[in-house]
Amino acid sequence: MSPNNAGWREVSRTAPVFAALGDETRLALVARLSSDGPLSITRLTAGSAVTRQAITKHLNVLATAGLVSDLRRGRERIWELEPEQMQAARTYLEHVSKRWDEALDRLKQFVEE
Amino acid sequence: MRLHKTTDRIEKEIVLRAPRSRVWRALANAEEFGAWFGIKLEGAFAPGASVKGSITSPGHEHVTIEFAIERMDPENRLSYRWHPYPVESGVDYSNEPTTLVEFQLEEVAGGTQFTVVESGFDRIPAARRAEAFRMNDAGWAEELENLARYVAK
Repeated sequence: MSPNNAGWREVSRTAPVFAALGDETRLALVARLSSDGPLSITRLTAGSAVTRQAITKHLNVLATAGLVSDLRRGRERIWELEPEQMQAARTYLEHVSKRWDEALDRLKQFVEE
Repeated sequence: MRLHKTTDRIEKEIVLRAPRSRVWRALANAEEFGAWFGIKLEGAFAPGASVKGSITSPGHEHVTIEFAIERMDPENRLSYRWHPYPVESGVDYSNEPTTLVEFQLEEVAGGTQFTVVESGFDRIPAARRAEAFRMNDAGWAEELENLARYVAK
């Protein structure tokens, strides 16, 4: 889908990827899905101090940001990572970071002349 | 995964072999700032001032950037807010969140330690990042040419 599409924009505007990742529990969920692959709510909640309801809420925040998606398997919902969104967020920061490196190199040349 | 703390801010540090007064001028004088940053600015930097300019590098002239100057503490700190990567002409970004850029100068042996911190990326909409990335992708050939010209100087 084109990023210029109105629907995409609407969803994306209300769904900042970085904000979604700015939470320890959500970050842990992303890390878990990244290392263990698609998991059910039951598996994700097992051994956690956080309730199933809370985990579900966090997963929905991540889903709104396009970071995870779910599919129904019988009575369970299976959650998996959407690596493209994760990569896009990281690539963006790397890009901005590179711009600063270049600008600082030019500043160095400029003041050391 | 090293995502934590790295999503909201970018921090850079460089030692410049120049006195603090020289570095400050390169930063606080809009004309000098434009020379190394690659932008032609209309107006002077002052606390509370809003200064606009157009990117001077080939292929990016359509990009207008507005600097909302916040603090200016001579030879010490300068900060401003802006919209990072307003890449598409004709799109109104003014209602979108801004990031904060803070420069800090510190005297060290042999020159000036220069620090830049850009923060607030957590609030930038995903659509913007996707756009910036897409536009950058298209502009890559051009960027490489610029780079080649720069290093050949």
